[in-house]
Amino acid sequence: MTKRGNAIEIKDIRKSFGTLEVLKGINFVIPRGSIVALLGPNGAGKTTLIRILSTLLTPDAGQATIEGFDVVDEADNVRGVIGLTGQYAAIDEYLSGRENLEMMGHLYHLSKPDTKKRAAELLEKFDLADAANRPAKTYSGGMSRRLDLASSLIASPPILFFDEPTTGLDPRSRLMMWEIIDNLTKEGATILLTTQYLDEADQLADRIAVLDGGMIIAEGTPNQLKAKVGNERIEFEFDSLECLKKAEKIISNDSILVNEEKYTLSVANDKGVKKLKSLLEEFEKSNITVVTLSLHKPTLDDVFLKLTGHQATAEELAEEEKEPKKGKK
Amino acid sequence: MADTAELTRNVKPETKSKFGWFVSDSLVLIERSIKHITKNPDQLLSVAFQPIMFMLLFRYVFGGAIATGGTSYVNYLVAGILVQTAAFGSTYTAIGVSTDLHRGIIDRFKSLPMNSSAVLIGHTVADLVRNTVSSIIMILVGLAVGFRPTATFVEWLMVIGILLLFTFAFSWLSAILGLFAKSIEAVQWISFVFIFPLTFASSAYVPTKDMPTPLRIFAENQPVTQVIEAIRALLVGTPMGHHALYAVLWSLGILIISIPFATYLFRRHSTR
Repeated sequence: MTKRGNAIEIKDIRKSFGTLEVLKGINFVIPRGSIVALLGPNGAGKTTLIRILSTLLTPDAGQATIEGFDVVDEADNVRGVIGLTGQYAAIDEYLSGRENLEMMGHLYHLSKPDTKKRAAELLEKFDLADAANRPAKTYSGGMSRRLDLASSLIASPPILFFDEPTTGLDPRSRLMMWEIIDNLTKEGATILLTTQYLDEADQLADRIAVLDGGMIIAEGTPNQLKAKVGNERIEFEFDSLECLKKAEKIISNDSILVNEEKYTLSVANDKGVKKLKSLLEEFEKSNITVVTLSLHKPTLDDVFLKLTGHQATAEELAEEEKEPKKGKK
Repeated sequence: MADTAELTRNVKPETKSKFGWFVSDSLVLIERSIKHITKNPDQLLSVAFQPIMFMLLFRYVFGGAIATGGTSYVNYLVAGILVQTAAFGSTYTAIGVSTDLHRGIIDRFKSLPMNSSAVLIGHTVADLVRNTVSSIIMILVGLAVGFRPTATFVEWLMVIGILLLFTFAFSWLSAILGLFAKSIEAVQWISFVFIFPLTFASSAYVPTKDMPTPLRIFAENQPVTQVIEAIRALLVGTPMGHHALYAVLWSLGILIISIPFATYLFRRHSTR
């Protein structure tokens, strides 16, 4: 069955909780078969938008359709085509992994044989077969998250919502989750996921929408977005203010950030190692002592600084730093 | 492991009438809630031991000091304990509903193409099962410590009917408490505050005739006493009066109000 139009269409969606305006008019279209990441800090409205699209919340204004079904007026039809994995594992901890999946299969109204077959397949594929008959409360964080994801896939719905699918996972589980999500898009699913991490959005998404203060402030492919932020930055720490000032003069034509208290200076690294080498040579010539040198990949905070002129909150920064950096595949 | 390419993708939901699905969803969730009883040893133990403790405590510790007219105290006691245990047992619905609401699973249920109030039916029906087990244990222990019922087969059936109806009614009330409570911990004390006076300010353990007048008027007219007196009359032949009628009317009245109200609260929850 082929349908015309987009998988998800969002028109001027607004939502307030009391006096707090959480979504201030979201407009967005997601073509069938693509994977889109909603990037933003806590409180940006990511979860609220996902909850509206998955019929858990009613918007105050605006319209959203999933596979052509209105999320308010045709909520039942919408529920038949979506799978939702929320921020917290939505599994029944007393039931085993298999029982959880089979319960979800029945509630998705699959036949008994289909349910059994799908549950067994998903347990196998998500590396849960050995733990299939153990109560879910004995599962590790990564296992719970995989079971949660598997639950939303039991009826292979064409539209999937993942709300921060890797928050709180260890690096290995995180990579595993990325692989699973990547494979789902290859099979043709349309996925909308939220994340606080630029590298995650970069890794998974065809397109990224940056959400801040209830509005989409930028949208584009990962490359377009990163181009806006600039590439990697090189940070130098000097031994004195004098050296810092001299260095500042040498590269004054670049977009540089200077911290006079810490004697540090950072510059966009747009030409890779060559740039680094030429800078170091120039510093050498002018007798500038470099104490330390470090490379910084663009972070969510850089995106925010660039796009909004304000920093992501300290809380987000802390989380960003805690998260281990992953290597490119 | 993450290669999902060979999964069966052509699974399609079956077709059934709306009511057919409502029944089928309810059965799935009843099964889930019953598994919570069988897979949770703590719950099983409390279901079994609490009534035994009450039975022995009142039979041997307080029993000697309580005058119950012509009926022996143990014969008087069993109806009270059966109903009190049913009332306290109904709080499992409140805890179950509250747990579902405060953990993520409610979002999953609500995003499924099912009638989400089946979740409430699952909890309340599981209460009936749990309470049936407790009641059987209590009657057996009662028989062991001197309980001698005079009920005929038909009267036993009536006892079972009234008790189940009462349990179901209190479970739905309890669902409302669970829906209002702000946390799972809050459920514990709210249901305690609610059920404790109803069960102790009743004829469960002592005849109401010696209570101070305002308390006596409350005790004699509230639903728990009506249910206890009806069951007591059926079990050991105390005067029946209108107790059975009032017991059934109270329970039906509670159900007629609490089922739609709980369902409304449940649907409204978090969609504001």
